[in-house]
Amino acid sequence: MAIKTFLESIRDTMHDEMARDERVFVLGEDVGVTGGVFRATEGLYEKFGADRAIDTPLAELSIIGIAIGAAAVGMRPIAEIQFADFIHPAFDQIVNEAAKMRYRSNAGWECPLVIRTPYGGGVHGGLYHSQSIEAFFCHSPGLYVVAPSTPRDAKGLLLSAIRNPDPVLFLEHKKLYRSIKGEVPDGEYTIPLGRADVKRAGSDITAIAYGAMLHETLNAAEQLAREGIEVEVVDLRTLFPLDRETILTSVRKTSKVCIIHEDTKTMGLGAEVAAIISEEAFGDLDAPIRRVTGPDLPGIPFNETGEHAFLPNAEKIATALRELARY
Amino acid sequence: MNTSLDLHALYRAMLLTRLLDERLWQLNRQGKAHFAVPVAGHEGVAGYAFALDHARDYMLPHYRDLAALVAWGLTPREIFLSLFAKLNDLSSAGRQMFAHWSLPDRRVLSLSSPQPNHVTHAVGIALAGKIRRENIVVWTGFGEGSSSKGDIHESMNFAAIHKLPVIFCCENNRYAISVPQEKQMAVQNVADRAAGYGMPGVVVNGAHALEVYECAREAIERARRGDGPTFIEIKVYRFMPHTSNDDDRRYRSREEVDAARLNDPVVLLREKLIAEKLWDAARDTALQKDLHAEIDEGQAFAEASPSPTAADAFTNVYAT
Repeated sequence: MAIKTFLESIRDTMHDEMARDERVFVLGEDVGVTGGVFRATEGLYEKFGADRAIDTPLAELSIIGIAIGAAAVGMRPIAEIQFADFIHPAFDQIVNEAAKMRYRSNAGWECPLVIRTPYGGGVHGGLYHSQSIEAFFCHSPGLYVVAPSTPRDAKGLLLSAIRNPDPVLFLEHKKLYRSIKGEVPDGEYTIPLGRADVKRAGSDITAIAYGAMLHETLNAAEQLAREGIEVEVVDLRTLFPLDRETILTSVRKTSKVCIIHEDTKTMGLGAEVAAIISEEAFGDLDAPIRRVTGPDLPGIPFNETGEHAFLPNAEKIATALRELARY
Repeated sequence: MNTSLDLHALYRAMLLTRLLDERLWQLNRQGKAHFAVPVAGHEGVAGYAFALDHARDYMLPHYRDLAALVAWGLTPREIFLSLFAKLNDLSSAGRQMFAHWSLPDRRVLSLSSPQPNHVTHAVGIALAGKIRRENIVVWTGFGEGSSSKGDIHESMNFAAIHKLPVIFCCENNRYAISVPQEKQMAVQNVADRAAGYGMPGVVVNGAHALEVYECAREAIERARRGDGPTFIEIKVYRFMPHTSNDDDRRYRSREEVDAARLNDPVVLLREKLIAEKLWDAARDTALQKDLHAEIDEGQAFAEASPSPTAADAFTNVYAT
């Protein structure tokens, strides 16, 4: 068992899988010679050559479109979009092509594609290096949307994503890359897509989060534990399709729910999670469902005050959890 | 002229396509088919299908390339199964609108409606072929309307950088539905742009299927040698409306359409074969009779085939 950063876990997983399976290759802006702007693909070019670590032109639409074509004929491409904020030119390809390939061809063709992209704020990235994009893509059946929060999960989920016969949007919160370290088991293991994970057990409140907010939520839960309130923290891990069972099991145990995400509030993931709970476990609730999210603003400001004002953090989450506990 | 080209097979594919096209339109007008995409005037594209290797090459055609698909082995039965959106429609089990072809057993990748989304896929298939050291050629077709979109720029640029074996075939019928070429671009030939990507750009008259074949053969040989992509612009004219939901009288004169019909690719090839004593009127009459019978049989087969049930709409979203 090694201790790795979130970034190292992702990088090592790609190394291992490319060594194991010659169908796997990476393509994207700066992923070759320089190893990616975050160094997530460092060493792949040296080890596997220019054919399997492809530096593309600055052209997101075709990075994804080309990957779809290669995937359809049996390759296992991992396309990197340098920042999630830049994925929008490829929206058509992801939603209209990758997500619909199996369905529209009645499984005559498939699209085993992974799109890795760093997302999220808190690193002084301003409007265009901070976006959370998951809500756009969680509205597209046929696609998986995955957002790990720990180095261990990153490895298991990335291996599942690469081996999955359907397209996976793999969201990597960029603030976690170097700030989060954890144990990563040696050797091969996969974590199934579509399964959430209880990261902390508790009996009083269910807190549902993912990505960077998972860690802020765990910090908040620590604070509340010292005050005698036990918070159960559910890490969604796969954002679409959602693991309804794990969500509902926890809610039925605690009867109080707080959903936390960095993405803006309206029509965000929290809305869907709250709707599922309302439909399936309304009678189990002892309090209205709370959401702690980014505000409905067009972007995250570059200045520190504005960025801080936008982002949920452990303090804001702890405040909401205390209010919920008192309800 | 490459002697390996079977002129009779080429003419048969084009004539079958024309007769099918007429039937598809009739069925739509009778209210028996929701949607038709007329291809009359575009049949010369069948020439390129004869230049490809059916055993290994890929075809990601323009949606108006029925003639090329017929030449590639698409049968009347399969066409009518798609038209009537039947369960055993190979392309999509009746999920997609007509003319959104997908032939997994013949290396025709599933097409969507937004144009030209499939062109980047053609580049990706060629890239896979290069990585795996396969000697394949990937043909992709699109209209001149699509050439306005960034997909074409990005695809041509990438294919040229990596010398990928892709043929970019722009079928210029002068209208993006109603918008004429002069409102789409300031150049006469879309192929003029090819130089900007570092690849050859050629223009060919699509009324002459043999010229299309020759031009395609050269480009395919070049690609197969590893010398990279070629851009081919086939000048054609669409004799009918864009689709069964279009009324072309709103944007072009009958005189213009009638004048264009004087250069009918099916008629021109027939006359050429007759002039060269390779064909005659009696054989033509007999062939038309055979083809009508084949069309009738295909239509009847499809009409008798089962439609999807409601439950069929819920399958194949994910592999598991």
